[in-house]
Amino acid sequence: MTRTFRILLRNPLSLVGFVLVTLVVLMAVFAPWIAPFPTHNGAVVDFLNNNRAPSAQNWMGTDLVGRDIFSRILYAYQISLILGVVVLAIATPIGTVFGLMAGYLGGWIEAVLMRIVDVFLSIPPLVLAIAMMGVLEPTLTNAMLAVTAMWWPWYARLVYAISRSEREEGYVLAAEVIGASTRHIVFREILPNCLPAIITKMTLDMGFVIIIASSLSFLGLGVQPPTPDLGSMVAEGARYLPDSWWLTVFPGLAILVAIFGFNLLGDGLREILEVEE
Amino acid sequence: MTPILDIRDLHLSFRGLRSVTEVLHGVSLQIGQGQRVALVGESGSGKSVIARIILGLLQETSNAHISGEVLFDEINIGSLSCVGRAAMRGTDMSMIFQDPTSSLNPAFTIGRQFAEVLRRRDPGLPRQGCSTRAIDMLREVAIPDPDRVLGAYPFQLSGGMNQRVMIAMALANHPKLLLADEPGTALDVSVQAQTLNMMHDLVEDHGTSVLLISHNLGVVREFADRLYVIYRGRIVEDGPTSAIFQNPGHPYTRALMSAVPRITGAGLPEVPEVSDDFLAPRFSHGCVP
Repeated sequence: MTRTFRILLRNPLSLVGFVLVTLVVLMAVFAPWIAPFPTHNGAVVDFLNNNRAPSAQNWMGTDLVGRDIFSRILYAYQISLILGVVVLAIATPIGTVFGLMAGYLGGWIEAVLMRIVDVFLSIPPLVLAIAMMGVLEPTLTNAMLAVTAMWWPWYARLVYAISRSEREEGYVLAAEVIGASTRHIVFREILPNCLPAIITKMTLDMGFVIIIASSLSFLGLGVQPPTPDLGSMVAEGARYLPDSWWLTVFPGLAILVAIFGFNLLGDGLREILEVEE
Repeated sequence: MTPILDIRDLHLSFRGLRSVTEVLHGVSLQIGQGQRVALVGESGSGKSVIARIILGLLQETSNAHISGEVLFDEINIGSLSCVGRAAMRGTDMSMIFQDPTSSLNPAFTIGRQFAEVLRRRDPGLPRQGCSTRAIDMLREVAIPDPDRVLGAYPFQLSGGMNQRVMIAMALANHPKLLLADEPGTALDVSVQAQTLNMMHDLVEDHGTSVLLISHNLGVVREFADRLYVIYRGRIVEDGPTSAIFQNPGHPYTRALMSAVPRITGAGLPEVPEVSDDFLAPRFSHGCVP
């Protein structure tokens, strides 16, 4: 573990990724203490200060009803990270179990499971999420549900491909020969060898989940006002470009920083884990 | 004395989409208590499927049709349930594979994998007990620093070292029968000879019966007491190793022996892929155990 850490920090790009991710996480966790205007995460109106350019008091300016944009970005990070973690925490186990079962057991089980996965994969991901959100009420929980529904099949495909090739490895046969149960072989022999790829994909996916969630709220289908969300902040400000540029540029940059960080970190992790293979 | 393994008239066929492929045409084979028996034949002759049938792995494949009897320790393997066959594997019989390094899971240390093998027999064995017994076994296969090996991952050890670990694991639960499917074919010749010699001594000490599956006549001659030659799913010759080597009776056995490469480089004879000669009836040197 410490060795992984050392290698990670030696590569300049993954170091940047690590720093950005740490920064984003810290900002989200300590939002109530860092934010200059902690109350501005809700339905607060301050029309005397609306639509101000960045200043010493409001580092990133204020929005159309006078709320501090910097404070709102911090709270929006909170929502994005919670959404990302919850989506991956649900999608990964479902996809992994599907992939492992299909890859190891084969036969008609494989056919049935992978066809279910194919059905999900055949619909463009964002379209599926938009369709679901169109039917469901636009709340945070439902946004998580919609993104999870489009996310787990990718894990199923990934784990399926790995377990298919691991299935042919000698150690699986060796385990069968000592009479190990199917459950033991799937979860104790094959799964540990899929974990490096799963962890890497999860890190990379944190960024993508944040994009998708922001896209949903950009379209007005995700988290609803007054709760701050990076996507809806960009959407609100888009009409006032280029004059009130701070309304869109800062939330947009916030999305960029988070995704850039997770991608660099994921790439770094992939390199380390490939070396270890 | 009753043989530990008694295969009688074993037939195997695989059902394809349109056709049925016959793989074994009535194989009979016996292994006595503590005997080392070799099964020799070319690739695709059906050697490895016999091992899989003995282990009861092929019985779980839905398109494999098996008839005939396989008696292990006087129990008919065919009559056992899935669970019964699984209970037998790893305790009463175990197996060594061609490529030792890929037979060990790269995600775990040797020590952890060894503990899993030992817990097949004693499910509640504590960690301390596992490592003591593992160290004993590793000393038996002449590994000089067992502690280091137990803490290592398979890819950190050499192929020869992994082979010894595999042998130690295979013998750890004192199986009655050890199946060795071309052990060490993935290793270089000197290491292969070394490990086979060691395995020979070990199984003699433990009184384990062995079925050695090989295409290498040199290995077989050194290792086995009895020999079965298999060709296209039929046993074509059987008998004591020395008798067969002195006086091979079946045309296929003679062809197989003439095809051994010699260091003097006299060139290899033409061995036809299919020949009517090779389908001659079984030649038995008698003296079934």
